Amino acid sequence: MLIGLAAAIALIANGRIAGISGTLGKALHADDDGGRPFRVAFLVGLIATGVVGAQLVPGAFGANVAGTAQLAIAGLLVGVGTTLGNGCTSGHGVCGISRGSKRSLVAVIVFMGTAMVTVAVRGAL
Amino acid sequence: MKPATAAFAGVLFAIGLIVSDMTSPGRIVGFLELSDPTLMFVMGGAIGVYAPFAWLARKRRSPLFARSFHLPRSNAIDLPLVAGAVIFGVGWGLSGLCPGPALVASGTGRLDTLIFVGAMIAGIAFCKLAKPRV
Repeated sequence: MLIGLAAAIALIANGRIAGISGTLGKALHADDDGGRPFRVAFLVGLIATGVVGAQLVPGAFGANVAGTAQLAIAGLLVGVGTTLGNGCTSGHGVCGISRGSKRSLVAVIVFMGTAMVTVAVRGAL
Repeated sequence: MKPATAAFAGVLFAIGLIVSDMTSPGRIVGFLELSDPTLMFVMGGAIGVYAPFAWLARKRRSPLFARSFHLPRSNAIDLPLVAGAVIFGVGWGLSGLCPGPALVASGTGRLDTLIFVGAMIAGIAFCKLAKPRV
């Protein structure tokens, strides 16, 4: 619910979608829609809270479930996939579905389904 | 005011992820194995809170601290959308990490998490360079 409230503030105050992949991608890549101050400030708040949170509640940051090589491959896939598909769990999942976007609903069904199959296959290997 | 509200939204978003334990990849994998429904409640809660504001935003001409809304206009269910979602799904399933929790968890300074985030940024950059209009 805090996530929904945070995304709602981004929308109502700044007129922006709080999708993490798009916010990160467009903060890195020069854009012309004047959104960079919003994106940089949002990301600074997000990551700074991660730094503080890791000190205060280290137990909330469970260990990674894959080795370094697999994490590197997974990171690459997440970066490419969310850029190509224009969104991730927050942009399509929270914001898109709430706005009634069919495009986002399709994306969520596809990436959740694929992720479930991936976990099942990985478990079987 | 505008950057302050944006930073506040980022802080709140991260607290939401931490409190709901979405920063633990094991919980995500548990959901994807259909053994732990937490993620469904987290997403459902977020959508439940966000949806009325999304409705309100449609009624307003502009946000509080900016001239206009910047919302996605595309409705096309096309190959990049579906292929991107498949690629993302495989990466998410392998790691239990999606972009938000990964960025927040990079605050732990753990090397393996930082490697994931570095690779993710490389993937984004690769796509932007290959197809600059994305």
